[in-house]
Amino acid sequence: MESADPMSDIVLRLRDVHLRRGSREVLTGVTFDVGRGELVAIMGPSGSGKTTILRAIAGLDPFQAGSVSVEDVALEGGVNVGSATLGRLRRKVGMVFQFHCLFEHLPALQNVWLAPVHAYGVGLEEAKRRARELLTAFGVEHRANALPRELSGGEAQRVAIARALAVDPRLLLMDEPTSALDPARRAELGDLLKDLVRQGRTLVVATHDEEFARECATRVLKVSDGAVSVEP
Amino acid sequence: MIRATLLAFLGTLAASAVLAAPPRELRWAGDSEGGAPFVEADPSHPDAVVGFDVEIAGLLARGLGRTPRFVLITFTSIDQSVARDDAEIGLSGIEDTPARRATLAPTIPYYEFRETLAVRDTDAARFRTLEDLRGRKVGTLGGTIAYEILLNAERDHGLQAVSYEDDVHPYSDLMLGRVDAVLLDNVLAERRRRFISGFRVQPQTIAVGHYVGVLAERNAPLRDACNEILRGAMRDGTLERIFRKWGVWNDDQPALYARLLAGEPVPPVVGLDASASVATMSRWEATRRYFPTLLRASVITIVLSCVSMGLAVGLGVLIATGRVYGRRPIRAALTGYVELMRGTPILLQLFVLYYGIAAAIRLPAFAAALLGLALNYAAYESEICRAALEAVSVGQLEAARTLGFSERQVLTLVRGPQAFRLALAPMTNDFVALLKDSSLVSVLTVLELTKQTQIFATNLGSWVIPGSLCAALYLAMSLPLAALARRLEQRWKAPTP
Repeated sequence: MESADPMSDIVLRLRDVHLRRGSREVLTGVTFDVGRGELVAIMGPSGSGKTTILRAIAGLDPFQAGSVSVEDVALEGGVNVGSATLGRLRRKVGMVFQFHCLFEHLPALQNVWLAPVHAYGVGLEEAKRRARELLTAFGVEHRANALPRELSGGEAQRVAIARALAVDPRLLLMDEPTSALDPARRAELGDLLKDLVRQGRTLVVATHDEEFARECATRVLKVSDGAVSVEP
Repeated sequence: MIRATLLAFLGTLAASAVLAAPPRELRWAGDSEGGAPFVEADPSHPDAVVGFDVEIAGLLARGLGRTPRFVLITFTSIDQSVARDDAEIGLSGIEDTPARRATLAPTIPYYEFRETLAVRDTDAARFRTLEDLRGRKVGTLGGTIAYEILLNAERDHGLQAVSYEDDVHPYSDLMLGRVDAVLLDNVLAERRRRFISGFRVQPQTIAVGHYVGVLAERNAPLRDACNEILRGAMRDGTLERIFRKWGVWNDDQPALYARLLAGEPVPPVVGLDASASVATMSRWEATRRYFPTLLRASVITIVLSCVSMGLAVGLGVLIATGRVYGRRPIRAALTGYVELMRGTPILLQLFVLYYGIAAAIRLPAFAAALLGLALNYAAYESEICRAALEAVSVGQLEAARTLGFSERQVLTLVRGPQAFRLALAPMTNDFVALLKDSSLVSVLTVLELTKQTQIFATNLGSWVIPGSLCAALYLAMSLPLAALARRLEQRWKAPTP
């Protein structure tokens, strides 16, 4: 797949990130950059630290040393991150969780427009219009009024991506996006992500699905025992 | 065969011996909460009881060749306890009424009392009779002749009857200004005057009534024997000695005894139109008369329950939010509140709220009832809400945070609504429980459904029809709620895949 020059416009930068849970060191000095328009796949066995890297980038898991920068917002390890910094970070980073985590009490459409209206101050009608566009773009507009529990795994995945994109993040993180999908749905997802990259989006995807990574990613990073290496 | 015959013979012999032997005890029911001079715990031996009714029980037992045995029964349940043979006779300042004469076997009267009006000293000149109390509140003990008189006076004179569960609080509320007069018999009024100053008993007699012993109809032969003993005690001055000892002997008693000993009939009460008593009507007519009253009481029950549950849920949400998000001192204070309210009886809380703090804050009865139920149930609802808040998955909260919501928005837009769905079914169950617990507020003079049923049953002399109607009304209120709880549970129980 054709890729942007990663060094020309860095969106994400991790430097020597160390993250410990209790006595266990989960990340042992993770360093890598992601450029604008890249789709970087982070691969590794279960428990290797893939998800933890995404969570550290999203500001969900505090880390003890190193730094994470998304454009001009930087998190320093071992420092209590203020809510203002976290707020700025989360305006730049979107995340699609492994189990989608759609808001269980809201229909698909409202899942998508909730954040633009309440967190970004977009007008309700404008947010609804944009949400419908996103659902249409991902082929799930007919499920707009369905509650998350009424959606299939593939549909929920698409709604979750639409929800993350509704706030127009600079960087989209995805955790194991193919884990619940059959081969046909996985292929559809691959096409969808490639479309996003073509539109200039930057994606970091944690996956153990080698075939998916090779087919879609502009670059693959390997995680082993909490450390990252670039796949040759 | 011989052995079986022998065993059957011995069995029959033993059974007939048991049946033939006269009971050695006279079980008599009374309520020591009623206090002196009727029945009270002996201050020097709290396990024993003293009072003129205790001495009359002893008198009857001696006359019957038995030993008296006191059975503690709540005053309002003495009739029913005697009917179901928990005791053979009830003696505790029990009034002679048409209902008791129709459904039980009361003894001849052994004491005559006068229903009198007590008013604050400052009101003595303007409130002399019931007619003077138009638009005013008058308190009395529920289910008594005095209460019946006040219900008639509500229609005739436009006053408002306030029913109490005991004869102490009407007088304390009189002094607090919650009621403007108290109608009770002269024995109770004089007793209270020894402890509370600032009110006086008006000289005009509103009605005349009598104390009797009550027995079940099947014990009519025992009642007749008791009557003979009482007549003997009237003749030989034993009753006079007893009543003089307890300071309640007066000139009315010799006149009563003379009429009784001359065989003259003594009406149960003078000064109350007994033709209006439900005991003299057919059961159907009595039910027809009382049903609208029960419906009105149901409205009070449902309003009380709905408003207090609304308050309880609101407070519960605030407490739960404080316990989940608050700083340590706030969490500790709220935990203390929850444990205090859950760890002490609601009845005690209601008493403290209405009577305990009355010197500082004089809450109206309905407001105190609302607040009492709301404060108590808020503790339970807060625990439901707290558990529900903590049951919302971390994934939902993290998803909201990554979308840029503030913590307040996470709570109000995501966590709160989801927790509410989890909490709604158990809270609806609690609402059904509160609906029934609302009957406790009758101790604060609020006439809700159960209390009104109790009054109906006392006046009718039976619990069958009033109890059935009451149960039907409670079910009519609670079944839709239970169905709603099931529907909501069904609707929201499926987890997100």
